[in-house]
Amino acid sequence: MIELFQQAANNASTKQTKSVSRRDFLKLTGMTTSGFVLGSMLPVSLPAWAHGNASHAGDNTLNLFVTIETNGRVNIICHRSEMGQGIRTSIPQIVADELCVAWKDVHVVQGLANEAYGSQNTDGSRSIRNFYAKMREMGATARTILEQAAAEQWAVPITDVYADDSFVINRNTKQKISFAALAEPASKIKPPAPDALTYKSKKDFKYIGKPIQILDLPDMVTGNTIFGQDVKLEGMLYASIERNPVVGSKVESFDKAAAMKTGGVVDVYKMPEQPTPVVFNPANGVAVIATNTWAASQGRKALNIKWGDSPHKDHDSAEYLAQLNQRIVGKGKTIRQGGDAYAAMQQSQQTVAATYTVPYLVHAPMEPPAATAVFKDGKCEVWACTQTPQSTQQNVAGALGIAKENVTVNVTLLGGAFGRKSKPDFSIEAALLAKYTGKPVKVVWSREDDIRQGYYHAISSQHFEAGLTADNTVNAWIQRTAFPSISSTFDGTTDEPSDGELSLGFGDVPFHVENLSCETHKAPAHIRIGWVRSVCNIQHAFSQGSFVDELAHAAKVPTHKMWHQLLGNDRLVNPKDQGFEYGNYGETLERFPIDTKRLKDVLDDVVAKSGADQPTDDGEAWGISAHRSFVSYVAVATKVRVKDNKVTVLEMHSSIDAGTVVNPDRVRSQQEGSMIFGLSLAMMGEITVKEGAVEQSNYNDYQVLRMSQSPLITTYIVESDAIPGGVGEPGTPPVAPSLTNAIFHACGKRIRDLPVNKHFTV
Amino acid sequence: MISFTLNDKPIKVDADPKMPLLWALRDLLDMTGTKYGCGIAQCGACTVHMDGTPIRSCVMPLSTIAGKNITTIEGLPRDASHPIQQAWLEHNVPQCGYCQSGQIMSAVALLESNPNPDDSAIDNAMQGNICRCGTYPRIKAAIKDAAKNLSTTIASTSTSTVTPTSTSTGTSTNVDFSLAKNAGEKA
Ligand code: FES
Ligand code: FES
Repeated sequence: MIELFQQAANNASTKQTKSVSRRDFLKLTGMTTSGFVLGSMLPVSLPAWAHGNASHAGDNTLNLFVTIETNGRVNIICHRSEMGQGIRTSIPQIVADELCVAWKDVHVVQGLANEAYGSQNTDGSRSIRNFYAKMREMGATARTILEQAAAEQWAVPITDVYADDSFVINRNTKQKISFAALAEPASKIKPPAPDALTYKSKKDFKYIGKPIQILDLPDMVTGNTIFGQDVKLEGMLYASIERNPVVGSKVESFDKAAAMKTGGVVDVYKMPEQPTPVVFNPANGVAVIATNTWAASQGRKALNIKWGDSPHKDHDSAEYLAQLNQRIVGKGKTIRQGGDAYAAMQQSQQTVAATYTVPYLVHAPMEPPAATAVFKDGKCEVWACTQTPQSTQQNVAGALGIAKENVTVNVTLLGGAFGRKSKPDFSIEAALLAKYTGKPVKVVWSREDDIRQGYYHAISSQHFEAGLTADNTVNAWIQRTAFPSISSTFDGTTDEPSDGELSLGFGDVPFHVENLSCETHKAPAHIRIGWVRSVCNIQHAFSQGSFVDELAHAAKVPTHKMWHQLLGNDRLVNPKDQGFEYGNYGETLERFPIDTKRLKDVLDDVVAKSGADQPTDDGEAWGISAHRSFVSYVAVATKVRVKDNKVTVLEMHSSIDAGTVVNPDRVRSQQEGSMIFGLSLAMMGEITVKEGAVEQSNYNDYQVLRMSQSPLITTYIVESDAIPGGVGEPGTPPVAPSLTNAIFHACGKRIRDLPVNKHFTV
Repeated sequence: MISFTLNDKPIKVDADPKMPLLWALRDLLDMTGTKYGCGIAQCGACTVHMDGTPIRSCVMPLSTIAGKNITTIEGLPRDASHPIQQAWLEHNVPQCGYCQSGQIMSAVALLESNPNPDDSAIDNAMQGNICRCGTYPRIKAAIKDAAKNLSTTIASTSTSTVTPTSTSTGTSTNVDFSLAKNAGEKA
């Protein structure tokens, strides 16, 4: 879905990886003898991992992703952005396994923006899902080339040799040649056709499925990492930008002289006016350019900008939510239907209805956005903590009026991202300022900028109604949702959710209820709406998971049992059968079906292993929920204590079925992280808007979870040979309902409006 | 010109005395191991040691640093041999890694002052360090392991402690995030 938005924004279809000759490869990656496009502009401080980039000239290229140096070092390109998920380790794990290289010889090289790699948009929990097969192919191709080179040297058929641990070995004579010695001759061999490749079987995997330590770890514990905020170029200036507090308002006047008087300030520049729709264009504002970050931020305080009017200046999130709540109880536009839910509801023995709300949220990654750019001789080079190097390249080129080929985008480490760094606005700012000043410029976003200039998770209202028969079977189900759409950011006028957004836990409701109606209501946008970790699954899983719990309570059965009843017999769900165009995260239902058995299995697994069905002490209780998202299945059990109006989360357990797992330790850490992200938003996440402007500014008023609020977390990974599913996001959605369900069972108070800290101390 | 000791080396910085230490480290001295996360003593990403005590460098004006001993993440063993670093490796603690310099500096200071912290002592000492990626459970486990290792090897590896041997441990060990801010504001 996010891919679709990117495409809408860029009008650039991402191409499939195509085969590229070695010379093309060097050209495309900018790894010619001159190094970068602007070879003189290498960062002053290069991280250890960047050295591969600079030293590539003369290496022996086996394919798009693999080069081998004559000293035996094997460089593997990671074309996806590292933002804490461990992708710079797991991509090499896959390639290296098929390549049969010793792990100590593996070096990861961060790929520049380059369409030859296929999509580099690191979002939607799909790096492994989309590239597992491709990476194995790259590894197997390189290995076959090396085997061929050895076979030629020994003048034996290729079937007489095999690769292992950075050597090719002759089966008959047991002679060995190292990859190092084969590097050069191998680079002259034509790659085999993909259908001629052979692959390892699972039992022979050396790296896939193993909890390998992340490659960047030693640098991370010694402070040797380079994030977007850390890039430094020779002669670089620092910029801090004061941006409009209300979307659409323009700079009317500002005090340039006062800002210029601040020590260290060298220039003040009014940013080009942002066109509408806002898309990824930098916000209206004024940049203060200085010799260091501190000076720039001080100069900014003296700007005294007068802001013009905006059509959004009256937006008030509390009033807006009240309006959504009014609208949501009435019949909406039907997007999926089975039977006649309204008629069946009339005949029900008992009906249950509830409305749930989730406020605006913001990503708040630990590293606020930052980008550095240099513009010289009509070419631009960017270093940024971006999730989307290709979109950055495209948008920077557009803003500067130059060809995309003249923009080089280097991807640094990302200090968290969660969707914020998919938007290239900050890189465009750096590029514009680099062009204006003629010098390298780093745009440093402050935390306040990050909180106030976000692309927010949409505020939302959901309404559920269900009818139960005399024997407590659910025979009627109505669900409605209303929230400003991400599409509004791209066309300005959309006031209805897209099918892509409705595919996130709403139109794909997997329940077997004879009479079902899924409906939407209109909701215009007044601030920039974007995607935040797990996107609309946040509100849809919260409302659905809460409502199942409410139904269980009404039917006087355990919640676990109600889930089983609603999911029905083991089956594959196709929402299209009931008229909904389901997106399925860009995958076909043949490859990634909605399998109710897998959802029941994770639920059963987490209940059994956590002990969530066991009695608890007074004031303590468990809550459970489950959700399929990003084609993976997660169930969560949360145990809380409610005492003196304070909620303490004691334990959280999750069971995840993400198909084949490449690095179980990173799957575990992503589960821990995505659950803490979910707990944080459920407990205390809230952005409010008054007079069109975001009221929060920093971690003091946009609170995120801290150490003392973080429970013990246990993760169970379901053993599976299925195709890899998503991992980075599916852990988030089921957390909020498991928490509020637990609170209800502990003290009888049902929370239907997040966050929890509106009702309890947390 | 402000003089202080940085990772055991004397150093002079020519800058606005109101500039927080964080920006002097990052922009003027190219020591980018110390990170910016909030600028108002809320997140701990910028944690360094001043005379052995953990402080938030984002709210410490250079004027208050004169003559002090400052230790940053770059002052820990470059081979990651400090017990805290070792425990971090052992537990594969970091995700994105951005908060980790600050986490490690807070954890090192905690063990200096309390070699055997229980859960609530860990919570208390680490409460000012946000990890948006959610590495808290691993941080806690790693600190406990490091404490265990430290208690069994402390006699033989005293050189691996990096904090300057000054007056720190007698002062407050509670690094509630509001304290550093107050210190900065008073200065
Ligand atoms: S940068 Fe957040 S505490 Fe200093
Ligand atoms: S590891 Fe990413 S913020 Fe802590």
